[in-house]
Amino acid sequence: MKKKPRKVKHEFLYFAWRNWKLRLGLLVVFFFVLLAIVGPHLTPYEPWAYVGPSARPPCKEFWFGTTMFGQDVFTQFVHGLYPVFLVGVLGGGLATVIGTLIGFTAGYRGGWVDEILNTFTNVVLVIPTLALLLILAAYLGVRSFFIQAVFIGCTAWPWTARAVRAQTLSLKAREFVDLAKISGMRPAKIVLTEIAPNMLSYLVMVFILQFGGAILNAATLDFIGLGPTRGISLGLMMQIALLWGALPLGMWWWFVPPGLAIALLVGALYITNVGLDEVFNPKLREM
Amino acid sequence: MTRYLVRKVTIYLLTFFLAVTIDWIIPRFMPGNPIQTMLSRAALRAEAVEVMRGYYLKAFGLDVPVWQQYLNFWKAVFHGDLGVSVYLFPKPVIKVIAEAIPYTLAILVPAIILSWIAGNKFGAFAARRKWLDSTLLPMGYFLTATPYMWLGIFLAWGFGVALGWFPIAGGYSFAMTPNLSWKFVLDLLWHWFLPFASLFLVMFGGWAIGMRNMIIYELEADYSQYLESLGAPRRLIRSYAFRNAILPQITGLALQMGTIAAGAVVTETVFSYPGIGSLIVQAIQNQDYFLIQGCFLFIIIGVLLANFIVDIVYLIVDPRTRRGMIGEI
Repeated sequence: MKKKPRKVKHEFLYFAWRNWKLRLGLLVVFFFVLLAIVGPHLTPYEPWAYVGPSARPPCKEFWFGTTMFGQDVFTQFVHGLYPVFLVGVLGGGLATVIGTLIGFTAGYRGGWVDEILNTFTNVVLVIPTLALLLILAAYLGVRSFFIQAVFIGCTAWPWTARAVRAQTLSLKAREFVDLAKISGMRPAKIVLTEIAPNMLSYLVMVFILQFGGAILNAATLDFIGLGPTRGISLGLMMQIALLWGALPLGMWWWFVPPGLAIALLVGALYITNVGLDEVFNPKLREM
Repeated sequence: MTRYLVRKVTIYLLTFFLAVTIDWIIPRFMPGNPIQTMLSRAALRAEAVEVMRGYYLKAFGLDVPVWQQYLNFWKAVFHGDLGVSVYLFPKPVIKVIAEAIPYTLAILVPAIILSWIAGNKFGAFAARRKWLDSTLLPMGYFLTATPYMWLGIFLAWGFGVALGWFPIAGGYSFAMTPNLSWKFVLDLLWHWFLPFASLFLVMFGGWAIGMRNMIIYELEADYSQYLESLGAPRRLIRSYAFRNAILPQITGLALQMGTIAAGAVVTETVFSYPGIGSLIVQAIQNQDYFLIQGCFLFIIIGVLLANFIVDIVYLIVDPRTRRGMIGEI
């Protein structure tokens, strides 16, 4: 009894390590996590402080150059990474939790509960997230990264709910669920102990996708001027750079790092996801 | 088929109802008072402020009971009366939006359709071809993970500023007045290209990857294995796989509409392209609440219409929906 799970675990780790997509993706993600933690200690400046000559290209003293106003781009960049992870984990996590709960309830309960929840999901699904976030953010005077994450989490869940519902529907028809029902288990417990473990790998992947989506959504909001009213983020850097003519002046060092970091990070998350998919699903492994 | 359509249309009508209601509720019940903001911006003397407040209350129809306001709002929406823009005073919001829509459609519609077709073809072609697959995969993921605005900024910098091939701002040259001549049309196209290209590229990455993954699933399916064991040519198997894989991609198109709309908003902002997206950002920066509400409504209507078109296409492509074999997608 005891030996079998251990063997499976080792096999999982073996395939996880052999998978270059998983390795590459995790490497990039951890690199940025490290940068977000260590970065602020590497620089003597504050993100908004005027510390040098204006519009200086990258040099020894200012690794990523300086802005139009003489702020250090590297300092802004490393400080801007933290909210990316905050909004990503919080917003993506919230979306995953809401989506999973609604999906489980709709899928397992069935009947009119399913009918109502499913219709609701489909309605929220067609409402463009940005439009909703836009009108919410536009009327809310003070905004923080936390509120931004909550907004994103509350609008991004529908596709997760749909996917989880579909999986629950198919798992519900299995024999081991029938057995649990006959043995008198409560529905909540059946979902938690019989159904959820069977889609755990899927839920992990959902979270990763939601994580990446939340980062992109936050960057979009920041960029159109609906980001947090205080603090710095990568989206905000791009907005300011564009607003103050970094484009016509050719100050590439101002707008390239924030966008590149987001693209690399989210891309790495997606690739991690593909890697995990291959590890979990032997059919997809490359020969 | 009727069941499928009725279901879909019900959801769209519900969504529209909810959207209009949100559009009405949020400005009224959110913290912060738009009227107060406008009054304080005008910076008038105390007695003038009271007169102005009274005027605004009347102008916005806030002097009647709440339920009456709600009904009036619906009436106004159906009459296309979305108020007057403050920022572009005294132009009605509906007119401002009507002028911006052609530009948005001009970059969005070709970008969506072409990237979908090209991405699917390319993704299907690259799947299970070692060399292409290992280059396409990271590139595609990088493209689809790129924030729309950043790719826009990047293209504008590369092709607009550094190489100087394309303009980086506006829908047409400032020196020209809109007219129907070849010169003007060429100028329009010249300004159109970069915003179109940046939208196209980000979406292309997404479709290519989606298709590649779907094809791999299909090639593992029993029917493919069966055909292979019969010795059917690879091209035939792939063409069957493609036809099956295209269905989720059509559904995906509907699911992506919201994200695509968001992408168009920021791309237009980058290029100061005179569409709905730039309009929204200007409306936000100038706190033009009527314009924000109007744009919100138009984006929703656009996305709903696009979804409906995709549903119809799905009906045409997938015979099972027509025969009612699958109730719901």
